[in-house]
Amino acid sequence: MSLPKASELPIGAVIPEPGSTRRNKTAGWRTLKPVIHDDRCVRCQLCWLYCPEGTIVEIKGVFKVNGRTYDTKYEINYDYCKGCGICANECPTKAIEMVPEAP
Amino acid sequence: MKVYYKTLRDLPREELFAPGHRMCAGCGAAIAMRWITKTIGPNAVIVNATGCVEVTTTPYPETAWMHPYIHVAFENSAAVASGVEAAIKTLKKKGRWDAGDSKVVVIAGDGGTYDIGLQSLSGMLERRHGVLYILYDNEAYMNTGIQRSGSTPKYAWTTTTPVGTALRGKVQWKKDIMGIVMAHRVPYAATASVAYILDMVNKIKTALDYTEEGPTFLHIFAPCVPGWRYPENKTVEIARLAVETGYFPLYEWDHGKLKLNPPSNNHLDKSKRKPLKEYLKLQGRFAHLTEQEIAEIEKELDAYWEYLGKLTQL
Repeated sequence: MSLPKASELPIGAVIPEPGSTRRNKTAGWRTLKPVIHDDRCVRCQLCWLYCPEGTIVEIKGVFKVNGRTYDTKYEINYDYCKGCGICANECPTKAIEMVPEAP
Repeated sequence: MKVYYKTLRDLPREELFAPGHRMCAGCGAAIAMRWITKTIGPNAVIVNATGCVEVTTTPYPETAWMHPYIHVAFENSAAVASGVEAAIKTLKKKGRWDAGDSKVVVIAGDGGTYDIGLQSLSGMLERRHGVLYILYDNEAYMNTGIQRSGSTPKYAWTTTTPVGTALRGKVQWKKDIMGIVMAHRVPYAATASVAYILDMVNKIKTALDYTEEGPTFLHIFAPCVPGWRYPENKTVEIARLAVETGYFPLYEWDHGKLKLNPPSNNHLDKSKRKPLKEYLKLQGRFAHLTEQEIAEIEKELDAYWEYLGKLTQL
């Protein structure tokens, strides 16, 4: 890593790169990991709505599950999930299970 | 409140609040920040007071914000926002502002609003700057180690109001910040909760629209995992119970008229509210409460609802 010279730095504590906390992956915070069981998911969007990190990703497409066709699917971005479990607590069909992280 | 989003399908999909910030797992304020940034859209300047959100989202040299963002000090977020708004207005008048209709949004915690920033907030409201002021209320100074603030409710445990034989948690009642703001006769002020997102985003949009006329204010209830002492997956459940038990009513002040929003509109009748105990028993900060103390809090709550009922008849 090469550091900029003092004369090259902007004056004040300026952060020129928006959204740069993405470099800090918070996956290591987790002890429990949420797993979505797609066969029980009814696409109510509540997990996506309440996730504090925005790690529930909505995927568009055609998905056939148990004879029903949905236009969305929800997946978890495990890079940033902190494992709080709000999604599993709010899920009305209990389609999200919290499983211990592999040691 | 104008309805911009009818169902969850209408909600904005683009994420404008980057993950990787250092807010606790299950933070209520993180849910609020995610929806505030999504709703206000990219054309806005965010002014942040010192507080949990400021400390955890901008660890130098990184930031979770994707908006133009400024942080100065604890006490002057509203004053800084007044300056930003006045500068945008002047540049527009001179024809040197090409970013269009940019909004100015203040985000401050309960310490930066109830206690330290109250004078600058009052000044901003009095000078009628077109700024949306958003208060996320987690009822204590959480990032410095859970010290009591003007927003902490009576009998709540904090590190500066410990529970023992001499003291039973905080001695004073919670300050009525909405009353203070409404007394400035602002065009719009409202309360919202992270458990009722559709209600919250519609209120944010409505408040942003009213900034054409003057200052607007939003009070968002955001539970705190380490400070309130509850398991981190219960954040939304506790926020929902706070509304259902009548502890945190959802209402809006729109040009001198106070209106209760669902589900609080039914709660003027006490039998429609859940017992307050359901909300208190989930939290460790209230674990020491006796039946008598709960009855005292309930009595104060009933008096508050009577006051709200009278305000709705104005």
